[in-house]
Amino acid sequence: MREVAILGVAMTKFGNSEKTNIEMFAEAGLGAIKNSNIEAKDLEALFFGNCLGTFEEGQMHMAPFAHSVLGMPMSSPATRFEGACATATVAIRHASLLVGAGVYDMVIAGGAERTTAMGTPLATRTFAMGCHAQYESPLGITFPGVFGMAAHMYAKKYNIPLKELKRNMAEVAVKNHFHGAKNPKAHFQKEITVEKVLSGGMVADPLQLLDCCPFSDGSAAVVITSADKAKQLVDKPIYIAGTGQASAGPLYLQQDLTRVKAREISIKKAYKQAGIAPKDVDLCELHDCFTIAEILALESMGFYEFGKAYDSAAKGETRLGGKMIVNPSGGLKAKGHPIGATGAAQVTEVVEQLRGESGSRQVEGAKIGVVDTLGGDYGTVCNIILRS
Amino acid sequence: MNEECTFEDYQKSMADNKILGVLCADCNTITAPPQAVCRKCSSPNLSPKELGKNATLQTFTVIRVAPDGMNPPYIVALAETDDGPWVIGNLIGVDPDKTDLELIGKRVTMSSQHTKGNLYSLADFHTLTFSLQ
Ligand SMILES: [Zn+2]
Repeated sequence: MREVAILGVAMTKFGNSEKTNIEMFAEAGLGAIKNSNIEAKDLEALFFGNCLGTFEEGQMHMAPFAHSVLGMPMSSPATRFEGACATATVAIRHASLLVGAGVYDMVIAGGAERTTAMGTPLATRTFAMGCHAQYESPLGITFPGVFGMAAHMYAKKYNIPLKELKRNMAEVAVKNHFHGAKNPKAHFQKEITVEKVLSGGMVADPLQLLDCCPFSDGSAAVVITSADKAKQLVDKPIYIAGTGQASAGPLYLQQDLTRVKAREISIKKAYKQAGIAPKDVDLCELHDCFTIAEILALESMGFYEFGKAYDSAAKGETRLGGKMIVNPSGGLKAKGHPIGATGAAQVTEVVEQLRGESGSRQVEGAKIGVVDTLGGDYGTVCNIILRS
Repeated sequence: MNEECTFEDYQKSMADNKILGVLCADCNTITAPPQAVCRKCSSPNLSPKELGKNATLQTFTVIRVAPDGMNPPYIVALAETDDGPWVIGNLIGVDPDKTDLELIGKRVTMSSQHTKGNLYSLADFHTLTFSLQ
C-alpha cells in the first residue's frame, strides 16, 4: 500500500438547511475540489454517504446525482455508502484504501444528510431502523435508549451514584458547546451550563435533551490522493496514517454496553498501522452522539482506563487548553449530526486543525489527530488517524 | 443437525409463550434469538431449543421520546438468561416513573406480548417481556 493524503476539505454550515441533499453536497464537494487546486475532471471516483434520503426527500440512488452536480466525468463511478452514523467515515476509509492500493490516483469522498426534513417523530422512527428490525425495533428502542441503557450500566458497574454520573455527563455537553461556540459551522454556537443540561426534558432515562446531539442537515467532503501527488498540489498535505473498522452484531450480542468492543478492535488496528499509541494523539474528534458516548469512546480508545473517563470534561482535561482535546469542533453534540455527513465533517475538522487553520479553537501545535465514528447501536465503528 | 430456525418459527413459538433459541451441537452454547450459526463458535450445526423463563436484569432505560407509532413512557431492558444468552425486551408491570438502578440485578421472568406493527415494520410482532419475580 502506498501512502495516502488528504488535499482539500470543505463542509456546509450544519443546522437546518433549505437546500436539498444534492445541493448541500455540491457546496461541500465543490469547496473541497477548489481547496485541492484540482478540477472535477481529475476525480476518478466518488464515495458518497447518505443514510435516509429515501425518507427525507423520497430519493434513493443519490450517488450518481451527487456525481453529476460536481461535474465529474461519466467514466468516474459514484457509489453510495451506508454505515448509519459512521457512513462518511466508512466511505473515506474505503476511498483511502483504493487510492492506497493504486486503483485510483485521486477521488472525492463525503456525505450529505437532511434529517430535519422528516420532523422529530419520523426522524426518531427512521433512526431506530438502525436497530435490529425484528428483535429490537418492535420494542420501541431508540438510540438515546441504547445509550441510556449504557449509562445505567456504567453507573452500576463502576459504583458511581447516578446523580454524580449525570453531573459529569452534563459537563461533556457543556465542554462541547464551549467548543461549538467557537465554530462558525456549528449547528449550536452558544454555551450552556450544567444546570441547563440537568433541567432539560427526559428523552430516555437517564439522558435528558441536552445529553443528546441534535438532528441536523449538512454535508462535508474531502479529496484524497497519493502522498506524492498531494505534495505537488497543496502546501500542507495531511497524511492518512492509519485506519480501522470493525463490525459487531445486534445490541443483545454486545452484553456489556460499557465496552464498545468493535471500537476497541478498530482503533487498535488504526494505532498499529500508524505506529502510534494513544499518548501520541494531540486531538480527537469522536462520536459524542450522547454525553455518555464520549465517555465510553475515551475509554475504548485507550485515552483513559475503563471506568475513569467519566469526569474527564469536569476536570477540564478534554477542553481546549487541556491535556488531550476532544471534539474541538463542538462534536456531534454542538456542531450537529447530519448522520451521512458526520464522519466527513470530523475529518474536515482534524485536517484543518493539523493545518493550523482553526482560528479561536485551534489546538496549538497539533500533529496527530484521530477520527472516531460509531454507527447504529454499536454495530459499526470506523477510525481514521491523520498526521501533518 | 442443522435444522433451520427462522424468525417465523421464533414468532410462532412466542405466540405460545415459548422463547426459542438454537443449541450448538459442537460447543453446547445456546444462541437466542435464533440465527444461522452459533454466536460462540460459528458452527451451523444447530437445533431449535426452548429457553427457560428465568433471567437477571442487566440494564434498562425508560423511553420518553418514542418513534412514530409507539406510546411512551415504556421500559426497554437487557437481561442475561439463565441459559446464557442476553436478550432485549420490555420490562412490564413496573411504573416507568418509579425506576432506579436497584432494578439492575433483579430476577425476572420472561414472557411475550403482542405488539402492533406500524407503517415500516414487517408485521405485528410477539415481543419479549420481563416481569419482576
Ligand atoms: Zn458453538
